[in-house]
Amino acid sequence: MGTGRSLLHDPRARFGLAVLLLAILVAVMAPLLAVDPSLQRDIVATRFLSPLTTDLHGTFHLLGTDRFGRDVWARLVYGARVSLGVGLLAVLLSVAIGMAVGAAAGFWQGRTGLVLLGLTDFALALPRVVLLLLLASLWQPSAALVIVVLGLTGWMTIARLVHGEVRALAARPFVESAVALGLRGPRVLVRHILPNALTPVIVAAALGVGNAIMLEAGLSFLGLGVQPPTPSWGNLIASGRDTLVNAPWVATAPGVALVLVVVAATLLGDAVRDQLDPAGRRGSEK
Amino acid sequence: MCQAQGGLRLDGTEFDWAVHCSMLRTFLRRALAGLAVVVGVVTLMFFLIRLAPGDPALLLVGPTATQDQLAAQRKSLGLDRPIPEQYVAWLGRFVRGDWGNSIATGRPVRGMISAAWPATVSLVGLSLVLSYIIGIAVGAIQATRGGRLDTTLSVVTVTLFALPGYWLGLMLVMVFTYWARALPSFGAAGFDADFLTGWDKLADRLRHLALPLTTLTLIGIGSTARFVRGAMLDVRNAPHVAIARAKGLSPVQVTVRHVLRNALIPVLTLLGLSLPALFSGAVFIEAIFAWPGVGRIMVEAVGARDYPVIMAATAVSATLVVLGNLLAEALAAWADPRLRAQPSGGAA
Repeated sequence: MGTGRSLLHDPRARFGLAVLLLAILVAVMAPLLAVDPSLQRDIVATRFLSPLTTDLHGTFHLLGTDRFGRDVWARLVYGARVSLGVGLLAVLLSVAIGMAVGAAAGFWQGRTGLVLLGLTDFALALPRVVLLLLLASLWQPSAALVIVVLGLTGWMTIARLVHGEVRALAARPFVESAVALGLRGPRVLVRHILPNALTPVIVAAALGVGNAIMLEAGLSFLGLGVQPPTPSWGNLIASGRDTLVNAPWVATAPGVALVLVVVAATLLGDAVRDQLDPAGRRGSEK
Repeated sequence: MCQAQGGLRLDGTEFDWAVHCSMLRTFLRRALAGLAVVVGVVTLMFFLIRLAPGDPALLLVGPTATQDQLAAQRKSLGLDRPIPEQYVAWLGRFVRGDWGNSIATGRPVRGMISAAWPATVSLVGLSLVLSYIIGIAVGAIQATRGGRLDTTLSVVTVTLFALPGYWLGLMLVMVFTYWARALPSFGAAGFDADFLTGWDKLADRLRHLALPLTTLTLIGIGSTARFVRGAMLDVRNAPHVAIARAKGLSPVQVTVRHVLRNALIPVLTLLGLSLPALFSGAVFIEAIFAWPGVGRIMVEAVGARDYPVIMAATAVSATLVVLGNLLAEALAAWADPRLRAQPSGGAA
């Protein structure tokens, strides 16, 4: 596969990969990079320290502290675990649902296909945030609920994509020959069609991760997502909202991190799409 | 029903009834589908909120109430009957225009919604217009100029695209309200708005609109410009553009009439598809800026398990989204004759 190597020639892909890998690395190595925020219990003396200061106990605060004297960098690093984890799992869930629905609709055309496509179109027409708001606020908010809710409301584009791919692939000779060899439907679908339909799904998933992280932060921002004191980038932004005047860094830092990760996911998705689709190689020609 | 029946208009031009009739039929079919979506959304919501934990009667009578008081409250709200029965009763009343009273505040729901939706529509509509005008201009410049300018603008637009609205809103509040003390960040009008007249009143409204509108518009510009750039680069290599160039048209004429015009057709479709996202974004923005729109009512109602308000706000926002989609489709059909006479009405 030459795609991988030429992908690295694309500056967008290099930037995207670098930032995403760095973010994942930071999230994984959080305990090495910062003190666990739940263990920080020095309250009054360290409130509202501005970035790059050292407190009375000699602890250095790269990004300052919030109103409870908690280190913003530590919360950011531990929040990355939650935000990235929730985003990735939510996208995995929607990819799984979307692939199942799309593949079934594309392979068993006819009544099954029509019903599944109708379901997809209906779900696409639902106002997603209204649904998110309702689902997230009617049950007890938690990270798991956010994952389920984002996954359940995000599978439709994947289903559409997979449906188109599977329909196109089902008419190709290698599939016909697999059928002619006597393989049964599900086996043909899973072993011969789906692996060939994966590439656009990967692109959509890369773009979806950014979106999911953003929505998780939005829900947490409204208080309907990950609940404090567990840090997530969204509830970090929300907690900085009240101290915007005297401690602007509390809301700024997680926002910048969020934007960086979403930009990286978007650029990586763009680059992969252009690689896979030579006809639409945009921007590389002058 | 749509036989080819030619005719002449009063000004002598030819009028093809068949084309108009099939357009109308497609449109009607879409309108019916839209209606089905609204009914579906409302039905889904109705059952979802009743299956979910949380009881508005309990919130109303308070934690110290006795079982009898709670039961009486539930009975008076009609919550003691089976859910399907509640649904039919609610739907019947809703369609006749009786939207009931808010459980939390006791105010009539229709009054709350009709006071709120102009605020949402004006905010969303204005930001839509602005972000499309600016976004199309930026995307067109990127696609035609290329080079370093294109790269720079690409970095800008992808960043705008990635900005979460609530965070951008907070940052703007920080800069323009707290630091520069230039713009208000709360509500749609100042406390003294009732005493202002004429220009002062308008200026007050505009100052309150500035920050939420800028937030929504900036984010919209990102996605529109990215999409327009891509669409224009796709069209640029089409045969008809080469012919236009070969005819000796100036680059500006080629770009505006032959590339941009064709590239805008998918952009019009995107307009319809982006409406739900825009309304979603507006929910967060309204929450931040205390903008008195449907989104804020929704967030508050959901917290209070205010069933009648949630249902009405859902129905209104779903209807607005569906109407917006229909409008975008009609616009696309108007701009592109090829989309008009689609026999199946499917998304080909």
